[in-house]
Amino acid sequence: MLASGIKVLFAGQNMQRLLGGFLVTLRVAIIVLILGGILGVLLGALRTLHNRPLRIILRIYLEIFRIVPTVVLLFVAYYILPQTFGLNLPGEEVAVLVFTLWTAAEMSDIVRGALESVPVHQKESGLAIGLTQAQLFRYVLIPQAIPVALPGTINLATRIIKTTSLLLMISVMDIVNVGQTLVEANGHKNPSAAFWIYGMMFILYYILCAPLSQWAKRVEKKRLERANG
Amino acid sequence: MKKKFRILGALAAAAAILIFATGCGKSSSSSSSSSDNAAIAKIKKSGKIRIAVFGDLPPYGWINKDGKRVGYDLALARRIAKDLGVKPVFTQVNANGRVDALKANKVDLVLANFTVTPERKQVIDFADPYMKVSVGVVSPKSKPITKVSQLKGKDVIVTKGTTAEQYFTQSQKSVGLQKYDSKTQQFNALKNGRAAALADDNSYLFAWAKDNPKYTVGIKTLGPASTIAPGVKKGNKGLLTWTNKEIKKLTKDGFFNKAYKSELAPYFGKEIKASDIVITK
Repeated sequence: MLASGIKVLFAGQNMQRLLGGFLVTLRVAIIVLILGGILGVLLGALRTLHNRPLRIILRIYLEIFRIVPTVVLLFVAYYILPQTFGLNLPGEEVAVLVFTLWTAAEMSDIVRGALESVPVHQKESGLAIGLTQAQLFRYVLIPQAIPVALPGTINLATRIIKTTSLLLMISVMDIVNVGQTLVEANGHKNPSAAFWIYGMMFILYYILCAPLSQWAKRVEKKRLERANG
Repeated sequence: MKKKFRILGALAAAAAILIFATGCGKSSSSSSSSSDNAAIAKIKKSGKIRIAVFGDLPPYGWINKDGKRVGYDLALARRIAKDLGVKPVFTQVNANGRVDALKANKVDLVLANFTVTPERKQVIDFADPYMKVSVGVVSPKSKPITKVSQLKGKDVIVTKGTTAEQYFTQSQKSVGLQKYDSKTQQFNALKNGRAAALADDNSYLFAWAKDNPKYTVGIKTLGPASTIAPGVKKGNKGLLTWTNKEIKKLTKDGFFNKAYKSELAPYFGKEIKASDIVITK
């Protein structure tokens, strides 16, 4: 009974479609990671400056994207914004926009924390030898902050990949959306197909996220070893 | 040096605001109250009609193993596009997204098993219906239930939140109800003999009974019938008028009977006639 469902995976175009959906998931995640990463580093650096209004604004930005569930943000950006502002983007672009802003918010906090973890005497020594603010970031702060920020960033990447499963809400044909159409198309005749289709989705997500998670663990261990001898 | 960065910060903030403002300014203002033919002319000029469909509801709107969108709704969608002389562009929606897809101007037309309800009528416009559904009752062939009076004092299985539950709660108070959370649960309960019969949307039961030959849809229609109709954006008179004419024409041509035969009949079994589903007037 259970085994009979596996043939659904390989019937017709089913496997190609599932992999195609996986490609959409991957494409969104990679674009978001690049754009959100760059924006997040900039915002994170700005948050370490002693400029109160700027810090407050960026803090509010972070909190909004942390508190409001991503699924609500997606729904608002896809369905509500067009009605009120006439900004009508296709689903995948809305996904990239919302996820980039969310990633940038999370990333800015990781970067801020990492920059602030660099000992004060490093910063003061840099200034003492006459570095400009930009040079201070480039040669002193950023090189020392990267190892601290890396594990958090990799974990954020796995979170982004998994959160793309919400995209079926806004008509993006990601792997979960494709998987559900497969389950429903075969559900009447072959109820066990669901097991194999979700199983395949699990494997694909696992292949992507497990190595990242392992990498984060290794990087963190190495950093602690270096820091504490 | 500090000042320099303050300026930089202000610049960044200004840039962010600017990006947001210009983004909003680029409104694709499509005033929906334009004259009748403007909406049709616009679709014809763009060469495509955007239609929201289901991707997970066989046999109405689903995707077959070759990756092609098929079903009763899809047959109508392709025919409408063909008669307009344009290409259909499908957007897959789920049940919750259908009204908002129209309101947000994501699609021109919704053909996704869209039941006409008074609540929906307030926010979108429905064209003339092309299908009817009502509550049906399925029971074992060995002890068939063919009249609702046979159910007096017995239990009927329903899923919470369906029209079937609503109907029995309001209109058949002498019938006991067993309520379940999902379709899988309710059908398992029937197979385990927990109640005399099961009530749900009739078309759904037809398809299920086809795959479960020990059961029969003894009562095909019960209570008031609901209709399924194409949805358009509120106030889009041009497309609404055109769609109404199209549905009238297709009904006369027997298109829906043909679509029933090719898309639905293979799933519903022999005991169901086209007239149980298709509107023929």
